[in-house]
Amino acid sequence: MKKSLHARANTLAASEAQLQLLENGIFQSGELPKFSEQLKHSGLAPLKKRQLEVLQINLGYMCNQVCAHCHVDAGPDRKEKMSKIHLERCLELIKVSKVGTVDLTGGAPEMHPDFQWFVREVAALGVQDIIVRSNLTILVANAHYASYPQFFAEQGVHVVSSLPFYKKEKTDRQRGEGVFSNSIEALKALNAVGYGQEGSGLQLDLVYNPAGAFLPAAQEQLEQDFKTSLATNYGIQFNQLFTITNLPISRFLEYLLASENYEDYMTTLVDAFNPAAVQNVMCTNTLSIDYQGYMYDCDFNQMLAIKVQSPVQHIDQFDPTTFAQHPIAISQHCYGCTAGAGSSCQGALVE
Amino acid sequence: MKKSYYQPEDLKKFKAITNWSPALGEKFFEYYNSVFAAGALSAREKSLIALAVSHVVQCPYCIDAYTQDGLQRGIEKAEMMEAVHVGAAIKGGATLVHGVQMMGLYDKLSM
Repeated sequence: MKKSLHARANTLAASEAQLQLLENGIFQSGELPKFSEQLKHSGLAPLKKRQLEVLQINLGYMCNQVCAHCHVDAGPDRKEKMSKIHLERCLELIKVSKVGTVDLTGGAPEMHPDFQWFVREVAALGVQDIIVRSNLTILVANAHYASYPQFFAEQGVHVVSSLPFYKKEKTDRQRGEGVFSNSIEALKALNAVGYGQEGSGLQLDLVYNPAGAFLPAAQEQLEQDFKTSLATNYGIQFNQLFTITNLPISRFLEYLLASENYEDYMTTLVDAFNPAAVQNVMCTNTLSIDYQGYMYDCDFNQMLAIKVQSPVQHIDQFDPTTFAQHPIAISQHCYGCTAGAGSSCQGALVE
Repeated sequence: MKKSYYQPEDLKKFKAITNWSPALGEKFFEYYNSVFAAGALSAREKSLIALAVSHVVQCPYCIDAYTQDGLQRGIEKAEMMEAVHVGAAIKGGATLVHGVQMMGLYDKLSM
């Protein structure tokens, strides 16, 4: 199994090195406009927060997979995880802020030792939408996780699962050998407890991201292809497909540089800049929290260590009523969320 | 002057042909977009036809555009290569079928 950038002591493991790449080169020479200039030119600067609606909590970077495109640089060799104290503080925040969506991510969030306790506590607070971003394979990794689909169903969790493609070759190339067949097994287990079944109220959404240096196609069309193929070949049902653009950071950035696609990919993102997508980018209503309790405008900023542009950067002192008072921190990776139909953790942003 | 007739970046400037003849250029792009919208054929099928034709007319811009379009649509490499072979077969066949003309003329003119 491949190792994380951190385990390989790759220079890109340092967020400063990634930011330097994104700030310099074609963006410094003026060949491509910086994201801030593009916003200004489109009359959309500064990008402002609206209302806090989504609390995205990263429980830690440990994962059973080492995906080639992972923006978290997650893997079995990453041990970072949120402490119980910070989990409890997150619960207080959820209570005070009355957010409608709590989005649990990682790594594989299920691998956090307090995962089940935390989900129960969040559910007890009456949160409308509790999202667990599952890589699927963890659900069939060993006997310990076999009961998780049932647990998800009991807590009314909204499962959002990564499945880069509905065929083996592309999925395994991006996520590792055997991932596709394990993912199919996990999807069947989720279907068996009611996920994706009409009338069950148990939402199962899939996430597609391109297996390479290109943009995703229209979400609606790909969703149809996924639905037809998974139903015909495996009898699998799901609700929605979210298309997510790969952002040029972390391991995907490593791939772009190694394959000499970086400049062309950035040009593609810049050329596809869509002002309509800017209105709905997730940083306008989301607060991302890392395993140490620090706050970011999104999960990507978290991985680049760009904290919220506020005097208060930690959940310990955070007052949710101040959410919209500070500007959103941006860099060139933001082009990933505004290209074409736009991209977010909930998929495309415009039709 | 650049040393190649073809410049990859020219593909992105394609829309600029409208600058020197707005009416005709705009008509072309309107027609082009209508052609590629889903109709009796799906947009996916049209993309594969476009890829095959791109090879037949040996247009590097078109090959660039429709390889990327195919990747985005989740079209697999086996499908793309079969489309290219369809183009190659038609082009090869088109060459070869003229052989019948040659044969006919040869026979007509020969004693």
